[in-house]
Amino acid sequence: MSKDALNKNEYLIEVKDLKQYFPIKTGFMKSVPLKAVDGVSFSIKPGETLGLVGESGCGKTTVGRTLLHLYNPTSGEILFDGKPVNKNTIHEMRKEMQMVFQDPYSSLNPRMTVEDIIGEPLDVHKLYSGKEERREKILELMKTVGLNAEHATRYAHEFSGGQRQRIGIARALATNPRFIVCDEAVSALDVSIQAQVINMFEELQEKLGMAYLFIAHDLLVVRHISDRIAVMYLGRIVEIADADELCDAPVHPYTQSLLSAVPYPDPKMAKERERIVLEGDVPSPMNMPSGCAFRTRCKYATEKCAAECPPLTDRGNGHQVACWNK
Amino acid sequence: MSNEKYDVNQMPEKSPLSFQIDLKKFEKATDDEKRQQDVMSESVSFFKDGMRKLMKNPLAVGSIIALLLIIVMIVVVPHIVPYGYSEIVSVNGKRDKEATNMAPFEYSEMEQAYIEEGGEVFPHIMGTDEMGRDYFVRVVYGTRVSLIVGVFAALLVVLIGVIYGSVAGYCGGKVDLVMMRIVDIIYSLPDMLMVVLLSVVLREVLDVSAFPVLKKIGVNMISLFLVFALLYWTGMARMVRGQVLSIKQNEYVLAAKVSGAKTGRIIRRHILPNTISVIIITAALQVPSAIFTESFLSFIGLGVQAPMPSLGSLANAARSGITQYPYKLLFPAIMICLITLACNLLGDGLRDAFDPKLRR
Repeated sequence: MSKDALNKNEYLIEVKDLKQYFPIKTGFMKSVPLKAVDGVSFSIKPGETLGLVGESGCGKTTVGRTLLHLYNPTSGEILFDGKPVNKNTIHEMRKEMQMVFQDPYSSLNPRMTVEDIIGEPLDVHKLYSGKEERREKILELMKTVGLNAEHATRYAHEFSGGQRQRIGIARALATNPRFIVCDEAVSALDVSIQAQVINMFEELQEKLGMAYLFIAHDLLVVRHISDRIAVMYLGRIVEIADADELCDAPVHPYTQSLLSAVPYPDPKMAKERERIVLEGDVPSPMNMPSGCAFRTRCKYATEKCAAECPPLTDRGNGHQVACWNK
Repeated sequence: MSNEKYDVNQMPEKSPLSFQIDLKKFEKATDDEKRQQDVMSESVSFFKDGMRKLMKNPLAVGSIIALLLIIVMIVVVPHIVPYGYSEIVSVNGKRDKEATNMAPFEYSEMEQAYIEEGGEVFPHIMGTDEMGRDYFVRVVYGTRVSLIVGVFAALLVVLIGVIYGSVAGYCGGKVDLVMMRIVDIIYSLPDMLMVVLLSVVLREVLDVSAFPVLKKIGVNMISLFLVFALLYWTGMARMVRGQVLSIKQNEYVLAAKVSGAKTGRIIRRHILPNTISVIIITAALQVPSAIFTESFLSFIGLGVQAPMPSLGSLANAARSGITQYPYKLLFPAIMICLITLACNLLGDGLRDAFDPKLRR
């Protein structure tokens, strides 16, 4: 790809030991940190899709939002194209980094027309010289995501969920970004619409060459779209590998149990498959277990797991796993 | 697909018992009609769109007309009717002592004598009051004062309340805590006591002799406005803050942030338009409430100064003679009702007009 050649950096996004704690008030002048993200490191190449999976409340969304500096990270470093992301540099980078949101119903302002919603990033960054050009650009964006020109003057509530998500995608594409965070972008849609929107994401990537951080909890969807997949549990990445390798040969016990929960369309195969059922609940992120966060539900857990937190270690071919016993 | 394949005339005949739709009853859309579907409707601003919808609401249009008529009346009538609001009726330069407490369209003896001599006397449309002043002119001037007080109070309340409330709600956290405690303190002071104290103090302190415009309005009116500005915005600020707190949780605010929009733009473009229904309703209710407060202040002598009437002071004055001259209470009361009703209905209409979910 020509864009790769232009880049002086191998990675578009580099995240190093990112931590994001939120203070939770427990009484007068007392607060306990909620460790939403606790030491996450990964990197994304230009034009690549990294899938991020994990159950509810494991910090996936927080990672995505911290990347775009919607939260000020507690510690750690985020590099975009080799430059650190912080509150002084972020305004310039807003053009390059965009986001598609989970809920197509609350992510569009009900008092704005589609034209103004898509045009907002253009307005903010003054990417047009006149009204004509603004309109032209908006219509082109709408065409890219498969909306008709006659939709431009309508309000968001006049559209279906899938169409609303397309509007959200058009808004994200408006500034020609190189990186898009898709925060559960298809979770709120039904299956047939999901397929349409995912295919659109792929087509757009082929055409425009941007990188995605694709956050979802549906492993099949993530496997379909991602080049690599990272699995999160309680604010930490437990396993990261190429999409097919991770799905076919998972190493971490948590990944194994996640994969065993994926429904199979073939009832015969589904019957033969071994289902790993985890016991207990996810521990509270305000009161995390010592050492490995997963040890309270892991059948392989040993004393070492309680004493020390396992680091991500390379098992060859870029397959990284954070586990002492596997 | 080819059109010949679906030619209606080549299709098998429909069985009379079948529920199948008879295609022969349909006509093919012409190219012109097909193109009509693609035509983009004209791009209109949020404001224009709202106004267009407002004009389709008969109640709102009715109240706009009523308010316009009242405004035309308070502007034009003082130029047509030859009496002043503090002028005691006189005939041919001589004071008419008999012309007190007259019924509508009644003439005193002196006036009748003057008419018989060939002179012209402008009729007392609403009669005269106990001091022999034309009541119609007094009601018109009273409406003028009350309406100005009401509208200004509402404007001040909207201005201060919306800015204060949206800043507190948007910033949240400690800023919100401190700002809302200030509101609580103002809210917890007894309203009427504060109004009375403030208007007494302001009347002494304010020196308007340097500004001719302010002098014309009168110290009392200015102190009234200041009292409203200082005390009555708290309710609006609370309402707006509550709305903002819930609206800023929406993902479209986050999306605007991701787009790189600054705080001012987010408040202006995303948050305030979504609180507008609350703002309009609260403002519309503020007008009558200001009129009522003003009439109370006039009653205890702290509102407008004595010869200048207001609807409240007229109604209060009429109370004493309610058994003999009930119509004297009726006229200012009708005006208060008209203004209140028109404001409320207009407020309702505006709220609906600016809600895109109620379009068409």
